[in-house]
Amino acid sequence: MAVKVIIPTPLRAYTGRKEAVEVQAATVAEALSALTNQYGELKKHLFADDGRLRSFVNVYVNDEDIRYLQKDQTGLREGDTVSIVPSIAGGAGRAA
Amino acid sequence: MSRAPLKIHDELMRRIHAHGVETYPHECCGALLGRDGDESREVLDLLPLANRRDDSPRNRFEVTADDVRLAEKTAREKRIELIGWYHSHPDSPARPSEFDREHAWPWYSYIIVSVQKGEARDTTSWRLHDDRAAYDAEEIETVAHPASIK
Repeated sequence: MAVKVIIPTPLRAYTGRKEAVEVQAATVAEALSALTNQYGELKKHLFADDGRLRSFVNVYVNDEDIRYLQKDQTGLREGDTVSIVPSIAGGAGRAA
Repeated sequence: MSRAPLKIHDELMRRIHAHGVETYPHECCGALLGRDGDESREVLDLLPLANRRDDSPRNRFEVTADDVRLAEKTAREKRIELIGWYHSHPDSPARPSEFDREHAWPWYSYIIVSVQKGEARDTTSWRLHDDRAAYDAEEIETVAHPASIK
């Protein structure tokens, strides 16, 4: 089914400036896979080397965080909107 | 590749410094709202946020996805963009750490203010490379008057 993936501003450089991309997918995992197959440069910013979503990358279906649904196996319906939202983390990086 | 400096009104820079001093010895954090163009990028407003890392706030910060969505919404309401983030490094240099790099995206400007013994010192800004391998320093230009586009 067709779903819309909203691309956050920092990653639009890798989707030809598109703010949203329509993909065919039945789950969140399929949607992200379809997205990164279409726009390969996105992959390293969403997924770590082990293939898992980076720890600071969050995904919402409509307004629900997928961590509170079925994570990347969350099912999608025709017309759903998938949003990619970072959490921002960092710090001085040495023991306090 | 040279890049236009990040412009910021000196009053906004003072607010970033004051936030870092206020939360010292913990890290402060917040959103940079402004305009990004081909030839310039300018901070026009700030959204100070709570550091959600209450387990290790002296050397870590976190802005949750909900707070990021709030920052995006605030920017949209002001008809500007979410262009980056600021945070402080208490008693540490104003340079991005390996931990910063692992948790960053390109395009955003990341301002870091070093707060030494409770006083704001060096302030730097950074942009992550496309390949995630390293940062480029981004020149900061403090301006005495806010942009006309505000």
